[in-house]
Amino acid sequence: MAILVGLNAIVCVGLNLLVGFAGQISLGHAGFFGLGAYGSAILAARYGWSPFFSIPTSMLFVALLAWAIGRPILRLRGHALAMATLGLGIIVSIVLATEDRITGGPDGMAVPALASFVSGEKTWYWIVGGALLFAVWLAQNLIDSPRGRALRALHGSEVAAGSLGIDPAAHKLSAFVISALFAAAAGALSAHYAGFITPAKASFLHSVELVTMVVFGGMASTFGAVVGAAVLTTLPQLLTVFKEYEMVLLGAVMMLTMIFMPRGLVPTLEKALAAARRKPH
Amino acid sequence: MLLRAENLTKRFGGVAALEAVSLGLEPGAVHAVIGPNGAGKTTLLNVLSGIYKPDSGTIFLDEGEITSLPPHRFAQAGVGRTFQNLQVFFNMTVLENVMAGRWLHERCGLAAALLRLPARARAERACREQAAALLEAVGISRWAESRADSIPYGALKRLEIARALAAEPRLLLLDEPAAGLNPTETQEIDELIRRIAARGITVVLVEHNMKLVMGVARHVVVLDYGRKLAEGEPAAVSRDPRVIEAYLGAEACST
Repeated sequence: MAILVGLNAIVCVGLNLLVGFAGQISLGHAGFFGLGAYGSAILAARYGWSPFFSIPTSMLFVALLAWAIGRPILRLRGHALAMATLGLGIIVSIVLATEDRITGGPDGMAVPALASFVSGEKTWYWIVGGALLFAVWLAQNLIDSPRGRALRALHGSEVAAGSLGIDPAAHKLSAFVISALFAAAAGALSAHYAGFITPAKASFLHSVELVTMVVFGGMASTFGAVVGAAVLTTLPQLLTVFKEYEMVLLGAVMMLTMIFMPRGLVPTLEKALAAARRKPH
Repeated sequence: MLLRAENLTKRFGGVAALEAVSLGLEPGAVHAVIGPNGAGKTTLLNVLSGIYKPDSGTIFLDEGEITSLPPHRFAQAGVGRTFQNLQVFFNMTVLENVMAGRWLHERCGLAAALLRLPARARAERACREQAAALLEAVGISRWAESRADSIPYGALKRLEIARALAAEPRLLLLDEPAAGLNPTETQEIDELIRRIAARGITVVLVEHNMKLVMGVARHVVVLDYGRKLAEGEPAAVSRDPRVIEAYLGAEACST
C-alpha cells in the first residue's frame, strides 16, 4: 500500500508541475505511466535487458514522445493539450490491449524483477521512498529556480510573462516533458515491483484519478500533490465496500474540492493554520 | 532613432484602432502618447510590444525589423512594458514578481535548475539582491515578502514598473502608470520616470494626466481616432488648435 502511494505520488509531483505551475491539464498521464511500464517490461522480458538500462531507455522514449506531441500542441492556447493527451491516453491503452504478441494483451504480461538481490516489500519500500524523495527534491529545485518562476509567471499572466522575454510554448513544453518523465519512471518502477502489468494502469480512468489527486491535494503545492496521492490511493482501498462506486466517489471528491476548497487541501489548511496562529484564542 | 515605426495600421473588425501611424523614438528621451479615450493609445503600445501584429506597417529597432516577432522576442530585443489593467503575477510574492522579471538575465539550463548546482545557488542570491534593490528604487520594499494580491493598488502600479525594469529594457512602455493614483503618488511616479530616463532608458508614456505628461515628456504624440493628430514639444502641442478641439470635442461628448 505504501509503495502504491509512493508511486502515485511520484506521478502527482510531476503532474503538479504541469497542472499547478504551468496551468495546463493532461488527461493522458496514465498513458505515459503505462508506456514507461510496458517499455521497460518489454525490453527486460522480451529482449533480456537489465532493468537498470531498460528503465532509463523507456523513460527517454516517453520523454521524446511527450516532446513530439507537446511541441506543436503547446503553441496553441487554451485546453488543446488536455484534448491531445486525452486522445493519446486512449490510443495507448488500445494499443497495449490489442498488440497482444508484444504486450500480452488485456491479460497483461509478466515482468522480470529489478535485480536478483531486490526482493521483498521492505526493499521496495526503500526504493520507492527514495525515488519519491528524489522526485520531490527535483521538483522543489525547479520551482525555486528562474525556470520555476517563469512557469509560475506564465500561470499568473501569460501576456506579462511574454513582455519579460519568457517564451510561453517552450516553458509549457519543458514542464510537460518533465511531468511525463516522472510518470514514466513511476510506471517502470511499478512494473518491476509488481512483476506483472495490465493495460488497466494506462486507462483513461487512471489519468482522471491522477489529475484528481493533484487538484484535491492542492495545485501548485508539491507537498499537496503527495498528500493528494496518499489520501486518494488509500481511501478506495479502505472503503472496499464502495469498490463499484469508485468512479462516483472520485467525481464527488473532485466536485466537493472545487466547491469547498478550490485551492486544494494543503494550501487551504496552510491558510487556516496561518490565520489561527495570527489570532490565538 | 532607437525605434522607428512606419505606417502602423491595426483594425478590429471594421474599426481602425490605428491608421497609418508613424513615429520615431530618440534614445534616452521620454516620449508621451496622449489622446481621448479610444484614440488607440493602448493599441499602439500593444503593437510596439509585439502583443498585436499590425495589419500593415513596420517596426524597426536599431534599424532591425522586428514587426512580426512574437512578444517574448520583442522583450529579448530590449522592449519592456507595464500594463494599464494590471498584469501582476498574483500567485507570487512581490519580490518573486521582480525576480521573474530578471528571466532574460537569469536563464539557466534545465539540468542546473533541477539539480540545484552550486553556481545556481549563488546566482539565485544575486538575483534576489538585484530584485530587492529595484523594490527599494520604486519605494515598495516593505511589501517584498507579501503576496502580490495583498498589497495596495498604488504599490501594484510601482511593482509593474520594477518588474519591467528588472528585465533591463532599452525601451520602456508605460501604460497609464498614474491612473487611479492620488496627487502625492502621481508626484512619486513623476520622479520615478525622470530617474528611469536619467539612466538612459527610453520611455514611452501613455497617460491622461496632462500635468505629468507636460512635466516629464520631451516629445508628445497626440492620437485621435487612431490617427496621429499632432506631435512635437509639449508646449507647442498643447497650443495646437486641432489638439484643443479633439480634447474639447471629446469632453463635450462625455458630459
